[in-house]
Amino acid sequence: MLRTDFSRFGLLDPWRTIERLNRAASGMLAQSTSEFPAVNVWADSDKAIITSELPGMSAEEVDIAVNGKSITLRGSRKLEDACEGECYHRQERWHGQFTRTIDLPYLIDTEKVEARFTKGVLQVTVPRAEADKPKKIAVKFE
Amino acid sequence: MTESARDITKKEAATPEGVERTRPHKVYTPSVDILERKDEIVVTADLPGVDENSLDINLEKNVLTINGRVESEMPEPYRMAYAEYGVGDYQRAFTLSDEVDKERIHATMKNGVLRLVMPKATAAKARKIAVTAES
Repeated sequence: MLRTDFSRFGLLDPWRTIERLNRAASGMLAQSTSEFPAVNVWADSDKAIITSELPGMSAEEVDIAVNGKSITLRGSRKLEDACEGECYHRQERWHGQFTRTIDLPYLIDTEKVEARFTKGVLQVTVPRAEADKPKKIAVKFE
Repeated sequence: MTESARDITKKEAATPEGVERTRPHKVYTPSVDILERKDEIVVTADLPGVDENSLDINLEKNVLTINGRVESEMPEPYRMAYAEYGVGDYQRAFTLSDEVDKERIHATMKNGVLRLVMPKATAAKARKIAVTAES
């Protein structure tokens, strides 16, 4: 009802505006995730770079598995400074095991996946499989 | 893990009302563990993206300030497709008691984790007063 009434004024439809704003906001930062670890994904046309902050871990402690369109990060972090009794003033840092699977919108070239670990930030480069890439079709002039 | 994941979300550091930072980056509060042993206090902080060259630790009038700068962002052709965490600098400050021996504070940085060992001053160790119950 409301929409039809407003649509008479063309551009002034408030519902459509809200919808558009929502869409723009959700695309930017999905803050309410409960998955761990949090990841950021960067992309260009035939590659994606997944980054995740895993401070205190080394490359050997993270296990990366690739299967079809998905990539799984697995690992665990132990606390290095254990102490007996009530000696903690604060204990805020996370520890324990995690598994995180990320689905990508294309088939992954499993042979060419590369991972780097610098300053506690994991960076995984995930290229798109050659067979999955779109074919360019030249338009012929007649 | 999922239960505690909400607590793991990065928290932005607070700034005093009306005061801005000079660098237009976001600033986060790093997660820390602080534990006390008989002769030392150990502070461990998660500072992913920070190395020993981009970290400042200051101790002034018993206030310990940790400042970590993060050089971020992906080089060009890439654009951000999906984001769950923000990237920015780190800042956090703690008030220490007098008992820390400021000359012997030792800091190490490894894989984005800062470990700050603060030995207790010998005078402070001896100053401990035993309390006995009176009947």
